[in-house]
Amino acid sequence: MSYLACCTKKLKYYKPLKKKKMSVLVYLENWDGKFKKSSFELVSYAHSIAENNGGSTIAISIGEVENSELEKLAQYGASKVLTVSGETFKNLDSSAYAQAIASAAQANACSVVVLGHNNTGKGIAPRVAVKLKAGFVGGATDLPKSYDPMVIRKNVFNGKAIGYQQINSDNKVITLMQNSYKIIENATDFNSEAFDVSAESKTRVNSVNKVTDKLLLTDAEVVVSGGRGMKSADNWGPLEELAQVLGAATACSRPVSDEGWRGHEEHVGQTGKIIAPDLYIALGISGAIQHIAGVSSSKVIVAVNNDPEAPVFESADYGIVGDLRLVLPKLVEEAKAFKANN
Amino acid sequence: MSNPMKTVFHPLKFKNMKILVCISNVPDTTTKIKLSGDKKSVDMTGVQWVINPWDELALTRAMELKEKSGGKIEKVTAITVGDKICEPILRKALAVGADNAVRIDAVASDDYYVAAQMAEYVKKESFDMIFAGIESSDYNGSAVGSMLSEFLDIPSISSVSNVDFEGDSFVMKRTIDGGSETVDAALPMVAVVQKGIAIDPRIPAMRGIMMARKKPLSVEAPVDIEATSEFIEFEMPQPKPPVKMVDAENVGELFSLLHEEAKVL
Amino acid sequence: MNFEYSEEQIMIQQAARDYAQRELIKDVTERDEKAEFPTEHIKNLAELGFLGMLVGEEWDGGGMDTVSYVLAMEEISKVDASASVVMSVNNSLVCYGLEKYGTDAQREKYLKPLARGEKIGAFLLSEPEAGSDATKQRTTAVDKGDHYLINGTKNWITNANSASTYLVIAHTHPEKGHRGINAFIVEKDTPGITLGPHENKMGMRSSDTHSVMFTDVIVPKENRIGEDGFGFKFAMKTLEGGRIGIASQALGLASGALERALQYSLERKAFGTEIFNHQSLAFKLSDMAVKVENARNLCIKAAWLKDQGLPYGTASAMAKQYAADIAMEVTTEAVQIHGGYGYVKEYHVERLMREAKLTQIYEGTSEVQKIIISRSLLK
Repeated sequence: MSYLACCTKKLKYYKPLKKKKMSVLVYLENWDGKFKKSSFELVSYAHSIAENNGGSTIAISIGEVENSELEKLAQYGASKVLTVSGETFKNLDSSAYAQAIASAAQANACSVVVLGHNNTGKGIAPRVAVKLKAGFVGGATDLPKSYDPMVIRKNVFNGKAIGYQQINSDNKVITLMQNSYKIIENATDFNSEAFDVSAESKTRVNSVNKVTDKLLLTDAEVVVSGGRGMKSADNWGPLEELAQVLGAATACSRPVSDEGWRGHEEHVGQTGKIIAPDLYIALGISGAIQHIAGVSSSKVIVAVNNDPEAPVFESADYGIVGDLRLVLPKLVEEAKAFKANN
Repeated sequence: MSNPMKTVFHPLKFKNMKILVCISNVPDTTTKIKLSGDKKSVDMTGVQWVINPWDELALTRAMELKEKSGGKIEKVTAITVGDKICEPILRKALAVGADNAVRIDAVASDDYYVAAQMAEYVKKESFDMIFAGIESSDYNGSAVGSMLSEFLDIPSISSVSNVDFEGDSFVMKRTIDGGSETVDAALPMVAVVQKGIAIDPRIPAMRGIMMARKKPLSVEAPVDIEATSEFIEFEMPQPKPPVKMVDAENVGELFSLLHEEAKVL
Repeated sequence: MNFEYSEEQIMIQQAARDYAQRELIKDVTERDEKAEFPTEHIKNLAELGFLGMLVGEEWDGGGMDTVSYVLAMEEISKVDASASVVMSVNNSLVCYGLEKYGTDAQREKYLKPLARGEKIGAFLLSEPEAGSDATKQRTTAVDKGDHYLINGTKNWITNANSASTYLVIAHTHPEKGHRGINAFIVEKDTPGITLGPHENKMGMRSSDTHSVMFTDVIVPKENRIGEDGFGFKFAMKTLEGGRIGIASQALGLASGALERALQYSLERKAFGTEIFNHQSLAFKLSDMAVKVENARNLCIKAAWLKDQGLPYGTASAMAKQYAADIAMEVTTEAVQIHGGYGYVKEYHVERLMREAKLTQIYEGTSEVQKIIISRSLLK
């Protein structure tokens, strides 16, 4: 059989799947000109989608960010980095930022736009979606299950169930839940380009009130938290020491902040902060549903409680049953030993 | 430094202000979630419907603002997209103090659809301030408020933890990492509000429940718009494997496990 | 026949539930222990309109129906029976009595503030020697021409201290027997009225109960309710409505105890599984559920009859007797289900059990209810 005949014969039986090419635009927020671990997770996520669909990964950064910082994005697969700056973009104005991102997506033929599912992302992404007439998935927890059509996994009913949302439009906007995707190195050449966009800002920031001395609870990878089982505000010394040794932020349950033993900014739970650290250590916390709701996205939960029936052990990965007065000092000691050897 | 936005913020005539509160119908948060046999939907039989908790706080705040405005805020309207099953929550909104309620007669398919429907209504009426809860406790959609603002081409401020008015303008606090910013925007605008916007949802008084009977609840026809997404499948989360207990006498083992097994330290 | 509640009734039930589960729960154990009156809560309940919810709108009341009242009383009683007894006495006894039998002048002066919850009322019938046998009134109200002079002692009076408006039953013409008894509106701060010490009660400790002594207390003629000699009938008629309030209170104690016992049984593990999965326990809960359902049906039916303007005296007696008796059974069983935890204050059920006992005694003991019910069988 001639070569051509072979090829034709092959074509009859093996119809190659024609996947639509999808390029992804990923928006990176910066904090005082710096990126965080979550930023690189986003680029990795965007890159995975683009790679699976024969497209490119383009990053967009708004605000004043140094080249040395922007370069980092290329490490994770961003083949082009668009920068937007100007007076209009000095402060977060959801409309102006959405305008910039939507225009960049259109200008660069990106049918998928990815942002982080945080305060900023939640404000901008839906506006981008409307501008692009795009289907929107808020809080994706994984890579799309399928691409044609695009089906994405997310939590529903406050985490009581998992839903698969299908986007039916050509354009797609996704916000990725914190701690949902790993960082994957995919070094590529750094290539940045200023992106001009005209937009109006109708939002005015009058003052900023930041608490910058303590390690941010929402950023911390390790969190040490105390509950009513700590018995009194006076017992927090060893807990703070443990946190310090582990480089962790401190948190507490609602009864503790209600009693005034710790400040309200430390309260994690349904009515407080929702966090997703790598490691959450719960000391003397019974594990009421409202508290667990605030920490259930943590990678690993360790619980210490003197009641073996405490509900917290149903949500924990590791547990110790014992009296905190005896166990906590041991934890501090072992933490120090661990850090010395590692 | 001159304010480049000076021209946009003309002095507000803070009177006859109208606030719109977007509310959605969700199952009571203590409901046990069951999936339908084919896993394509969530089984809603016997569900107790309530106002989405974030929206309820938004409504409470709107009422507090109206009450302290000395008449400058004239009207609070509650709106929802849904079928007849959504009317009880609108009547609760009226009982809590809203002046009128609107139901757009269509099944809420996705955030895009809901926002587009509401936008059509807002274009017919006019509102100075629109409140929407940042998330809904059913499908955890977080887009309606911001999408609505884009459909209307008006400013939106998200993660708003506080709304008040100072003199003749609305002043808001929005949450940022590590703190908050005090912001305002040109009206009309959408404030996408989060917990903290009001301390507790308002309980309707007998008087309010009585008056709710007499307040207007209008039903509007939907416009022809297509949703851009849909939920096709659900599943229950994997049960967590049982906790691994570490002996209180051997605390060091915990750190080995966290380092070698869990790889978080 | 429709067993469904209206949307409005559900809204009222939900409002009562929200206030009870969110606010009353916060300090109920503390107030019970210290026997502290829930002043702030009563003010809040007044503002929400619960204290005058049955009174017609024309007298500044809530204009609500009795079914809504049963639902609201149930929800409040699940958490705080002391608060609900204030609500019951105010609504079902004092406000009802004034609204139905008072003159316009009396209603204008006394009913309106009570309906608005600005003032609280108390109902003074019981005496040291006259409890179940209410005809043996020893307190006298002598007709002095242009006023009445009241002397005597009343005891077990709920709201004695917090109330400003008293409805007092006293004997004007002893020779006429019970047909010589009158009912009077007496302002608490009238000279000659003194309160005995706060009773140290087994339950409902947060509600204020005192004996009240009358020494030459002057009551204006126009404060007599109804015709001369109407007092006993007034008391009996008013108590008919009061029974619905207390029946609902007992219902709330029982259903609240059931809710807690159920939740506990789903969390507590023994012998390898949640205790709910042990049939002996599931059967206990089943019995409790049927009793609560029966009690609720009796309360709602009595309420419905009253709303329809139909005779409801027997129905309310049945509701009160049954609800109180099963409340005692259900709360006791709830403590049992909780095991050791049921015996400590933190878990609430022991308080519900102590409170249930009173519902079998006051506003007509279970035995008195049975007299009423058995007599009705003869009709």
